[in-house]
Amino acid sequence: MTDILEKGGITRRGVLAGAGALVVSFSLLSRSLAQEAAQPPAPEPPKLPGSLDENRFLDAWIRIDADGAITVFTGKAELGQGIRTALLQVAAEELDVGPGDIEFVTADTGRTPDEGFTAGSQSMQNSGTAIRHAAAQVREILFTEAARRFAVAPGELRAEGKAIVASDGRSVGYGELVSAQMLHIEARPQSSFKQPGTFRVMGKPLPRVDIPAKVTGGVAYVHDLRPEGMLHARVVRPPSPGARLTSLDANGVEAMPGVVSVIRDGSFLGVVSDGEWQAVAAMRALAAAARWEETATLPDQTDLPAVLQGLEREVGVVSESGSPAIGEGKTFEATFTRPYQIHGSIGPSCAVAQMEGERLTVWSHTQGVYPDREAIAEMLGMPLEQVRVIHMEGSGCYGHNGADDAAADAALIAQKLPGRPVRVQWMREQEHAWEPYGPAMLIKVRASLGGDGRISGWNYDLWSNTHSTRPGGAGALLAARHKEQSFTPETPELNISPSGNGDRNANPPYVLPNKRVLWHFLPDMPLRVSALRALGAYANVFAVESTMDELALAADADPVEFRLRHLDDPRARAVVELAAERFGWANAALPRGHGRGVGFARYKTLAAYLAVALEVEIERETGRVRVVRAVSAIDSGEVVNPDGIRNQTEGGILQSISWTLYEAVTFDDTRITSVDWSSYPILRFASVPDSVEVHIINRPGEPFLGTGEAAQGPAAAAIGNAIRNATGRRLHDLPFTRQRVRNAIGA
Amino acid sequence: MRALRVIAAIVVVAGLVLFGLVAFAWRSEIPAEEVAEAAQFDPALIEKGVQLAAVGNCIACHTVPGSKAFAGGLAVPTPFGTIYSTNITPDPETGIGRWSEVAFQRAMREGVDREGNHLYPAFPYDHFTRVTDEDNRALYAYLMTREPVSAVAPPNELQFPLNFRPLLVGWKFLYLDEGPLAANAEQSEEWNRGAYLAEGLGHCGACHTPRNDLGAEDKDRHFAGGEAEGWQAYAIDASSPAPIPWDRESLAFYLRNGWHELHGVSRGPMAEVTGNLGLLPDSDIKAIATYVSSVMGEPTPERHQRADELREEIEGRSRGLVAAADSQDSPTAGDAAAEPGAAIYAAACASCHEGSRPQPFGGLDFSLSTAVNAPNPQNIVNVTLFGLPPADGEASSVMPGFAGVLGDEQVAELLAYMRERFSDEPAWTGLAEQVRRTRTGEYKVSVKPADGIERAPINVGAEE
Amino acid sequence: MAISLNVNGATHRIDADPATPLLYVLRNDLALNGAKFGCGLGQCGSCMVMVEGEAVLSCVTPIMLLEGREITTVEGLGTIEEPGPVQAAFIEMQAAQCGYCIPGMMMSAQALLQKNPAPSDEDIRNALSTNLCRCGTHMRILAAIRRAGEVMQSAGMTGTSRRTG
Repeated sequence: MTDILEKGGITRRGVLAGAGALVVSFSLLSRSLAQEAAQPPAPEPPKLPGSLDENRFLDAWIRIDADGAITVFTGKAELGQGIRTALLQVAAEELDVGPGDIEFVTADTGRTPDEGFTAGSQSMQNSGTAIRHAAAQVREILFTEAARRFAVAPGELRAEGKAIVASDGRSVGYGELVSAQMLHIEARPQSSFKQPGTFRVMGKPLPRVDIPAKVTGGVAYVHDLRPEGMLHARVVRPPSPGARLTSLDANGVEAMPGVVSVIRDGSFLGVVSDGEWQAVAAMRALAAAARWEETATLPDQTDLPAVLQGLEREVGVVSESGSPAIGEGKTFEATFTRPYQIHGSIGPSCAVAQMEGERLTVWSHTQGVYPDREAIAEMLGMPLEQVRVIHMEGSGCYGHNGADDAAADAALIAQKLPGRPVRVQWMREQEHAWEPYGPAMLIKVRASLGGDGRISGWNYDLWSNTHSTRPGGAGALLAARHKEQSFTPETPELNISPSGNGDRNANPPYVLPNKRVLWHFLPDMPLRVSALRALGAYANVFAVESTMDELALAADADPVEFRLRHLDDPRARAVVELAAERFGWANAALPRGHGRGVGFARYKTLAAYLAVALEVEIERETGRVRVVRAVSAIDSGEVVNPDGIRNQTEGGILQSISWTLYEAVTFDDTRITSVDWSSYPILRFASVPDSVEVHIINRPGEPFLGTGEAAQGPAAAAIGNAIRNATGRRLHDLPFTRQRVRNAIGA
Repeated sequence: MRALRVIAAIVVVAGLVLFGLVAFAWRSEIPAEEVAEAAQFDPALIEKGVQLAAVGNCIACHTVPGSKAFAGGLAVPTPFGTIYSTNITPDPETGIGRWSEVAFQRAMREGVDREGNHLYPAFPYDHFTRVTDEDNRALYAYLMTREPVSAVAPPNELQFPLNFRPLLVGWKFLYLDEGPLAANAEQSEEWNRGAYLAEGLGHCGACHTPRNDLGAEDKDRHFAGGEAEGWQAYAIDASSPAPIPWDRESLAFYLRNGWHELHGVSRGPMAEVTGNLGLLPDSDIKAIATYVSSVMGEPTPERHQRADELREEIEGRSRGLVAAADSQDSPTAGDAAAEPGAAIYAAACASCHEGSRPQPFGGLDFSLSTAVNAPNPQNIVNVTLFGLPPADGEASSVMPGFAGVLGDEQVAELLAYMRERFSDEPAWTGLAEQVRRTRTGEYKVSVKPADGIERAPINVGAEE
Repeated sequence: MAISLNVNGATHRIDADPATPLLYVLRNDLALNGAKFGCGLGQCGSCMVMVEGEAVLSCVTPIMLLEGREITTVEGLGTIEEPGPVQAAFIEMQAAQCGYCIPGMMMSAQALLQKNPAPSDEDIRNALSTNLCRCGTHMRILAAIRRAGEVMQSAGMTGTSRRTG
């Protein structure tokens, strides 16, 4: 296994020896062992910060070798969001070393803590918090030990170059100070952090550690793995979601140059070749040689609202206060929709798997190595401990895309071809047609304005599913559904949680004495769906903020002032005010055909605060909308890497522009018809804004707040509001295509 | 004395002729009017104007990509020099803001501007003369409610004496058949509606009918094929080169959607036309299709039979009946040397054009391609070199251009192979030279992504 | 039959089906990771390389068309230790999120800057018209290309001169 890694050149610094992995695995297991050993059961352990609560030993997170080598482990994965760099900064700061002094190991079931999924903008909140506490406590151990040896007070010591230095010049290296046993202790709930004034790494725009390799052709992605003896596989997916393989004459394909094997297992079809191009050619031939029975399983795309309403099973109350009745006076009522949309990674999903004896190793760009391992083991009927899933970066993920499915494809094929590593690369058409989509949603709002210019009533009805069908069970994997002994997906349950999923941000952040927010829960979706960046928050914030704008108009109030009128959280007010100020909201003059809009949300109602004000231009003759400039303000708590926050926020705004103006999955009653970038257009450089600003409000001492998904909803809402401002027309259905805009504004 | 008399007589006669000519040519200025505010126009009339302007494709010639809609200034190259389109926004100083409706009606009917100047027939008044007063009223209402833009078009660059506008009287005398089209009582109402749209505002013949030496349409070869912006406007009469003959239904679908599964996608200037026609009601689209398909006429039994065979062949292929072994026919190096066109086709074209993605986004099966079947290969030369650039934010066919990797000879070999394999028509001649002229811009081709109108995407069509 | 390919200044004998798209040869035969598989249809630009100064989509370009022609990939622009001007500008501007599309962006940029050392924003946008980015890094990509242009201009690295291998 290590051979493969080294030959594939996974890391220039090489891979830690197997023994290291063993030590960590042991420390991961030791919690349950310790509990079993302790008789009678110990009292309920204290709640620990972030992911420390589930992985309580310091050496699950940080290891210091005798030679001074420092290794930090996270169960989170780099998804292109820059988390590796930000977590490294946190670790380096609290360990009081340079970022270059740390070997950083991300999600790997063989080595790192189980932190579930890298999702929901929780990596800084969970892993960042855990690493910060662990690092601070390790630093404290180092200082205490050094103080003991030097017989001085810890306050007289300082850290310098992975060593502790006393005021008289005596110095001792970190490696000399610790033994493995010293860090194999449970973390405490409290830590003493470094003072912000003494920060050397945190709060600074440390350049991303992964970018140099990415721009010079280094090994950076799972796509780049090329272990010795690797075979290239391609899968042939059914022509439609309801299709079943009826017959196959694979003789011709098996005779093609380079073909090693044709894999058929129920409706799962794949081909394995020596060369990659040979695999592509064989895949095409195999597709032509297969006969399928297709069933019309897809709903009527032109009438999604009725389709979604028809799928309702139960209703959950997300939030309720005061009287739900809509008051007298001015009211606003509207129906908003969002279509199915794709993650659309530029690099289609890819995975490498190898079966060696009884053990299977899978390299995947999954969001969750542990859950994916569980699903793959179940699919293959293997014991969990015989399967290792190692995260390796893919193209940007934006949620649950095809990564786990490609991993399952590779695992299934590798199991049938033991010995050699097998690389599965999805084709573009497969990614477009088979990744789980961001779900369609329907929202109906009724709201009223009181005589005092404040919102007097708010009824909000949402039709949505849970937005997450991530693995856990094998039924979440395409290969497991298609194989002969097939697995079926678990049926999602309605569950109202603080951060929400389908109902995420359905509860407005505003002071509303009378409101009722209902979630009409759809357990099943006619198209396969799962988590797409921001989940329900994208459409919910769009609907809430569109309604806020209409109510502001009804109140004859400025949209920014109207929002502030209903906001009492000072941090929320601060981002709205800052975005408005930097945008120049007070100076209203815009060219003809231009409009401006604002959008605000606190992501998940507990993560980052983000407000964005933007200006659009609308081409009346074509209906083309372009965002000219966007100005945002964000508060993510204490800032670890300001440039990382800026990069993520800029990206969120631009991606949301793309979703909001262009994107919808298309289908007929049987097949998905948006299968490439021709049929599913996204943002191109022609329509990129002239400028995008991100202003950060730093809150030293406050907890880290998730950032990566904060912009999606507010940006969409701000675009809708700006179009309303420019044209006098409110658009309710996403996306705002040229045709819809032109139809709305008329002649 | 005698000589003097002769000279005097000549002078008098010449004077009279000149006077007559000027009198004949002279058109009065129609007084400027402060034209009413937008609100005065009936919204229903404006709405109708939207559709009519779409039929006329007015925006295409009266807008410079990257500038404001209808502000004019677009260079229209003609064999006689360059003409710049005018500003038809309601700007009072530089546009038509002071034009009364009467002046607008006269421009459409007679090709004369408000001041009384004769207009060059690059403005296709030989077609627009057919437009009814009522429709002109709607067009006028539409244009007068656009955003006024102050913009002056550059002066025309025409050779002497063509820059002398009164000469246009002669042109009009010969080629302008003024006034509405007489209804054809033998045809249906739908056919007559289609004829009105296609021959009038739609000015199909402006591109699809060949022109004579004086730049006028050759009426005897109505719809026999012409060209525009470096693209062939195929014959849409009985000589249509489409492998599967067009009929009313396929034409209507194509005009509505910009593609048809048996014909492929519209591109070049026709893409703009089909893009605009999307605004029309189905009844008008069907009317145009009815009329144009009647001009094409019923295909010969041979064409029918050939089309049926072709359909059967295509049908079989799409069902995946090609044996897997067939896909192994990728050329070996030996083939590449022996028949380079076939090898290039198999390596560069087949993966999309024989792929599984259906029209309009997948590559067209070339046996259905009008471009491969046409007498002049210009369009397929254009597409091979420059591709189909993506439309900004819109679903559209996308094809990469191959100018960067295919040399002139290689393109010629490829196209010769495709002609031989996918068409029964005789081989093209002079291919490599045509490719060279197209690549270098000696023969100008416009290939622009659809980016809306107020952005100026680069013309990827030729080195400028 | 082997085909001779000149990649980043070095000549390689490639024993592969002449119909093989260049992309697969670069990645598998030559172990160059820069050019990426994105669509295989010529729609997204992540496989972009340069052939004699022109930006070319390697996923739809068979090697049979490239015998003896000068091919440049992102590895030919510089190394991690000594990045070329375009690479340095992308690092300086932190113009990547997932980074998958970035090598293709850089090759389109390099081809543009070699021809037009002082491109306008419009020129840059046009040059990137086939390149797709999904993370929304567009603003930084534009900034990095502007920056690279400045650097190359002041170093006199534009025009026909070009750095390979």
